[in-house]
Amino acid sequence: MKIEAKNLGFRYDGYPWLFRNVDLTIQPGEIVGLKAPSGYGKTSLCKILAGYEKPVEGEVLLNGEPINSKGFHPVQLIFQHPEKAVNPRWKMDKVLNEGWRPDQSLLDLLGIEKEWMTRWPNELSGGELQRFCVARALGPDTKFLIADEMTTMLDAITQAQIWHAVLEIVRERNMGMIVVSHEEKLVQRLCHRVINLDEITSRM
Amino acid sequence: MPILEVEDLSISFKQYTSKWQQETLTVISGLDVVLEEGEILAVVGASGSGKSLLAHAILGILPGNAIQSGTIKYKGETLTSARQEELRGSEISLIPQSVNYLDPLMRVGKQVRASAKSGDPVTLQRDVFEQLHLQEGVENLYPFQLSGGMARRTLLSTAMVSGAKVIIADEPTPGLDPVVIKEALKNFRAFADQGCAVMLITHDIESALTIADKIAVFYAGTTMEIAPVENFKGKGEALRHPYSKALWNALPQNGFTPIPGSQPQSNALPPGCLFAPRCPIATPACGEARPEMRELRDGKVRCIHED
Amino acid sequence: MRQAIQTDRLALNRRHWMIFFTIFAAVFLALVVIGGTFLNPERIATNFQEKNLAPSLHHLFGTDWLGRDMFSRTVMGLSLSIKVGLIGAIGSTFIAVSLGMIAATMGKAADRIVSWLIDLFLSVPHLVALILIAFTLGGGFKGVVFGLMLTHWPSLARVIRAEVMQVRSSEYVKISKRMGKSSVWIAAHHIFPHLLPQMIIGFLLLFPHVILHEAAVTFIGLGLSPHEPAIGVILSESMKYLSSGMWWLAFFPGLSLLLIVRIFDWVGENIRILADPTKAHE
Repeated sequence: MKIEAKNLGFRYDGYPWLFRNVDLTIQPGEIVGLKAPSGYGKTSLCKILAGYEKPVEGEVLLNGEPINSKGFHPVQLIFQHPEKAVNPRWKMDKVLNEGWRPDQSLLDLLGIEKEWMTRWPNELSGGELQRFCVARALGPDTKFLIADEMTTMLDAITQAQIWHAVLEIVRERNMGMIVVSHEEKLVQRLCHRVINLDEITSRM
Repeated sequence: MPILEVEDLSISFKQYTSKWQQETLTVISGLDVVLEEGEILAVVGASGSGKSLLAHAILGILPGNAIQSGTIKYKGETLTSARQEELRGSEISLIPQSVNYLDPLMRVGKQVRASAKSGDPVTLQRDVFEQLHLQEGVENLYPFQLSGGMARRTLLSTAMVSGAKVIIADEPTPGLDPVVIKEALKNFRAFADQGCAVMLITHDIESALTIADKIAVFYAGTTMEIAPVENFKGKGEALRHPYSKALWNALPQNGFTPIPGSQPQSNALPPGCLFAPRCPIATPACGEARPEMRELRDGKVRCIHED
Repeated sequence: MRQAIQTDRLALNRRHWMIFFTIFAAVFLALVVIGGTFLNPERIATNFQEKNLAPSLHHLFGTDWLGRDMFSRTVMGLSLSIKVGLIGAIGSTFIAVSLGMIAATMGKAADRIVSWLIDLFLSVPHLVALILIAFTLGGGFKGVVFGLMLTHWPSLARVIRAEVMQVRSSEYVKISKRMGKSSVWIAAHHIFPHLLPQMIIGFLLLFPHVILHEAAVTFIGLGLSPHEPAIGVILSESMKYLSSGMWWLAFFPGLSLLLIVRIFDWVGENIRILADPTKAHE
C-alpha cells in the first residue's frame, strides 16, 4: 500500500509553522530516510503520519483513502525512548501482547528471550525493551512502519541486530518504511532514497 | 599528567529481586580508567554496561543503595564524598544524559547563566549559545518549548560556561543533527586543548572517533579494552578484544554485521570472561576465570587470547 | 549461573521490617475495633462504689466520677473513632477519585470547575468547613460523617488529577490508542493500575486527619452526641475534673488517640515508600 501526504502543515497553537505544503508519496516496499535540521518538525511529521497528531492543514492517505482513526492503526510509529513507550507497571508479556500476539518466529528473529517475558520494564535494558516495541508494532494490520530515531540510544551491535530483523520483515511483507535518523551512515545503509524536509517545505 | 584516575572501581547495589528478596548485584567490577590532562577519553559500550554509573561514581551522586569500592583520584588526591561535593559543578562538571535535568520552570538562558562561575554570565551564555547554533530568542524559552536537540545543546552550554577542569559528558549527542554534533565535539576538543580533560560517555563510536584520543570499550560493567583512536580502522584488525572488533564491524559504515545474543544482566554474569558466551574465539579456559587487564601494543586488553 | 550474592534468607531487610510492623499495626487496630464492639457494656455502667479511682491493675486507665471504667470507655471511643474515620476516609477518597478523574478526562471546563472547588476547600481551614457542614446537617453522627467526607478530599483529588493527566499524556497510552484500544480499556488497564497505590496511600493518610477532626468537632460539642462513648466526648468531659487532680481522665484517652493516629500515619508512610519506585531498593 502506498502512503501519501497531501499539503500537510503543522504548528502548535500560537507558534510559527513547523512545516507547510509538505507532499510526499512512499510506495510499498520502499524505505525512505527523512532528514531535517533539529527543530524542523521531523517528529511532528512522523506523528501525523502515524495518527498521533492531527495536521493543521492537509491530509494523509493510505492507498488513496483517509485512514480510519479507530482500531489498529496501519501506520505504526516506533519511538526513540523505549522506556517511555511501555507502561512501567506492566510485565513484559502484557506489553508484548497488547495489540496482537506475535508468533515465536518473530520473537526469535528479534532475539526476544523467553525469560524476559516475566520481567518488569525497569529490569530490561533499552535495547531489550526496544525489541519488544518493534515486535508490538509489527502486527498483521501494519502496512507501514516509521522509525523515529529507533536505534539512536542503542549500541552498534544491538542496532545492527534490530535493523536486520526489521529489514527482513519489511521485505517479506512488502511494507513501506520511513527512517528518521541523524546518523547519516545508517540512513545510507538502509534507505532507497532520502527526503530532506527543509527542501520540500515552506516555513511561513 | 593524569587529572582523574579510577582504580579498581566496583559498584554494587542491594536490590529487591522479587517482592521481598534482596540481592547484591555487582554492576561495575574491577574498573580502571585514567584521564590525562588535555585528553579526550571516549567511553563506549552498550547501554547497561555501566557507563553512566562510572560518571555518577566520579561525581559522587550514586543512589543511596549503591555500595562502592576502589579509589577515585582527582589531581592525585583521593576523593571523599565531601570533596566530591565541592568539586561537583565547579572543577568537575557533568552533562547529564537526560534532558529532564533542566528546571522546567526556569527560562533556559537563566539556567545556563547560573552555572557561570567567573566572567559576565550573560556574555558567556550568549557566546556559547551562538557557538551551538541556538538562536537568539532561545534563551527566553522554557524547556518544554525546546526540541530534543535544543534541550541537549542547552545542557551542553551549562557545562561549557562553568569553567570546569573536567567535563564528563553522558551521551551528549543522540538526537542532534550532524552539524550540531560536529560543533559540540569541536568545543570539547578546544576545551581539552586548553589543558582540561573530557570524558565522553557515548555509544556513538563514530562521533567519538572524530575527536577522542583514546577509547575505552565497556561491556557488562568493566573495560574490555582501552585503545588509541587510530586502532579503529579497516576491519578492526588493530583492535585487541573480540568485543571491540564486533562492535566496530556492526557499525553501518563497516559491516553492519550483528553478532547474536545480548549483554548479560548483572544478576546473571558468566563466571569467566564476561564476553565468553558470545565470543567467536572463546575456549573452555575463557569460562574459568575473569581475565585481568593487561598491557598490549600501546593499549590495554582484558582477554587471554590476543597477543 | 547466578553470580549475585544471595543475602542470608533469615536476615530481615528493611522491607521485611516494614511489613512486619505494618501487620502488627493492622492487628492492633483490628483489636481496638473488635474490643470496642464486643466489650461488655456493663463495664461502663455507672458504679458509684468505684468512682474516681486512680489507674490500677483492675482499672488500667482508672475510673471517672460515675465509676465507669476508663479503659473500656477509651477502647470504645477509639473503636467508634476508627469506624467514623473509616466511613469518612472512604467517602473522601471516593469523592477525590471521582473529581480527580473528571478534572483530568472531561475537558477544560470540568477541570476548571474542579480545580476551583479544590482551591475553595483548601483555602478554608478543614475544621471551619467541617463545623459549618456538621452544624448545617444538624450535628450528630450523620452531620459529622458527611462533614468529614465533604472536607477531606481536596488534596487527594489534586494528586489523582495530576496522576491521571500524566498517564494519559504518556507515550505508552498514545501507542495503546494507535493499537486500537478504547478509552475504557485504557482507563482500566493503563490508568487504574497507576491510581490504585495513590488511592490506598491517600486513603490511609486521610485516616488520621479524619479521626483527629472528628474528635475535635466532638470535643467542642458539635459532633457526636454526648451519650456516645466518643474520645472527643471523654476529653471534653474530663476537662472539668482535671483541676481536681484526676489527670488519668484525659491523659490515657488522649495518649491512646495520639497513638492510633500515629500508627495510621506511619503505616500510610511506609506503604508510600514501598510503592515508590524511586525508593524501591532502600
